Amino acid sequence: MLMSLAGIIFGVGFFVVTQAQTSGFEHFFIKVILGTNGAIRIEDKIQDTIFAMAAGGHGAGATKFEVAADRESRKYVEGVEDPELLIKALHNFRNVSGASTVLEGSVIADSSFKNDNAKIYGIRLDDHLAVSDLANQVARGTGSLDDFRSSPQGILMGKQLADRLRLNVGDSLILQADTEQRRYRVSAIYFTGVSDIDRVRIYMHLGEARSLLKKTSGASFIQVALFDRERAPQDAAQMEQVLHHGAQSWQDREAPWLQAFQALQISAALTVSTIILISGLGMFNTLAMIVIEKTKEIAILRSMGFSREDILRIFVWLGAIVLVLGTIGGWAMGAGVTYGVSKLPIRIRGIFTTDTFQVYVSIWHYVVATITAAVVVMTAAVIPARRAARLEPGDIIRGTSG
Amino acid sequence: MASLRSDIALRCEKLHRYLGHDEGRVHVLRGVSFEARRGNVTAIVGPSGCGKSTLLYLLGLLDQPDDGAIWISEQLMSNSSDIARTAARCAHIGFVFQFHFLMQEFSALDNVMMPMRKLGRLDETQMAERAHALLTDVGLGDKAHRLATQLSGGEQQRVAVARALANQPAIILADEPTGNLDVKNSTLVFDLLTKLAKENGQAVVLVTHNPEIANRCDEIKPMRDGEFLP
Repeated sequence: MLMSLAGIIFGVGFFVVTQAQTSGFEHFFIKVILGTNGAIRIEDKIQDTIFAMAAGGHGAGATKFEVAADRESRKYVEGVEDPELLIKALHNFRNVSGASTVLEGSVIADSSFKNDNAKIYGIRLDDHLAVSDLANQVARGTGSLDDFRSSPQGILMGKQLADRLRLNVGDSLILQADTEQRRYRVSAIYFTGVSDIDRVRIYMHLGEARSLLKKTSGASFIQVALFDRERAPQDAAQMEQVLHHGAQSWQDREAPWLQAFQALQISAALTVSTIILISGLGMFNTLAMIVIEKTKEIAILRSMGFSREDILRIFVWLGAIVLVLGTIGGWAMGAGVTYGVSKLPIRIRGIFTTDTFQVYVSIWHYVVATITAAVVVMTAAVIPARRAARLEPGDIIRGTSG
Repeated sequence: MASLRSDIALRCEKLHRYLGHDEGRVHVLRGVSFEARRGNVTAIVGPSGCGKSTLLYLLGLLDQPDDGAIWISEQLMSNSSDIARTAARCAHIGFVFQFHFLMQEFSALDNVMMPMRKLGRLDETQMAERAHALLTDVGLGDKAHRLATQLSGGEQQRVAVARALANQPAIILADEPTGNLDVKNSTLVFDLLTKLAKENGQAVVLVTHNPEIANRCDEIKPMRDGEFLP
């Protein structure tokens, strides 16, 4: 029984630890992604090719047929024509906490050391701070946002790009877009940890971007932040219908990565659940043996007036005690090891950057571990318990009489 | 059904019981009728396999007859549900077996308190006091807190007697209660059982092979081939 108890403790503990790790990296990834690209991106105007049709005459008795346009039957016109109008409309959505107009374009960044391809993101700083984690990303880099705010020629450059071009805060460079080229000054270097962003993205003031890219109106997309990020798919669908622009939630945008994290989480849960399952089998064997060993005692209890339910209860209680002790021990072990793991050094660069194991503590990890243990342990306890309850006292005592 | 006279604690009529299956099926009890009076000690004697223990388990509601009727404290119990028979065992019947069947992990006091806990008529203090008094009656007051494993065979059987008396049952059924004891302890246990039962007006039915014990009972019912001899 002690081995079964130890198994439940380890099973629950490892379940909690593995879930904390896998969801830790997932949450870190989501946090980084939301901090850079926002919860919803609105881009490209929709033009339906199948329209609502009216038929059947006029007036109140007329029959109306409506054909809903699906994605395949739509055309998308690149970009957002009137971003101000869209942002005004977006603020009518209760879940929207901010919206930022972004004008995107490709440039060649030329420093005195070398030139490299880059993407400029024309933004209004305050709008963009409300929909991203740019302030913290600059804080993790060098320089300050105040300098950028006060300098029309100032730019915010990703750390990897700055390193490649050997640029520091205060240095100048030339950005070249088609036929236009201008000199800018590095106001700050930001660090998101996502190499795809840090090695190409340059933020500049929206007016400067319009001028450099020769796009006097419109925008490439609108980045939207939400109060409740989990509602992004529903909000995006609603926005698409109301605003007639393509809207993509972060869940859709990052689906391949999120699915990979989810697969990893399920795989870890299944693997660790086998420990609980094996402990349950051990416990089943132990209880089955106890039932065999204690048949005389069961019979004598029945002769005293203990009912079948009383006997069942004794073994179920035995299982419940192992479950409670095992679960509490497992929680403690899980919490302790999770804390220890969060301090382990690990160097990850690529989809995000971290130097320590990422863990995410959720009550649900403990709940799921407990439910898994409860199902296994109680099944392991109930089957022998039912067998014990079915024993006929007369048969047993007759068998032991001389 | 007819109700019992007040001095009859237990009655059975025309009990039949078969044991085994198919070709191995044996007609163990062949229409046995019997009654046990309060304050009376009845010995059922007979050779091995004559059906005395089977009769005792039927009377104790540990088994069900194939035919016939059993009344316990004016209640017809032979065809009642398992729940009703279990409740009747708890309230009206005390068992003493050849082997003491004490719970080894518990003290003598706990073993005696066990039927009381199930019945639930007394609170914890009252149960402990009564259990202690019963253990004192059987001469084990000073060993009440010893584990069952720390008692001798005779002492364990005396604890079993105290346990059988715990809920003040109307009927005490004893299956070879002295069969596993030496002469001295056999006499001690039998004397205790009969003395305490008589004091409390309980009907005692015991199965025994020991003629000395049987001769000291108020009534002897010899059995052979599943029937009482005339």
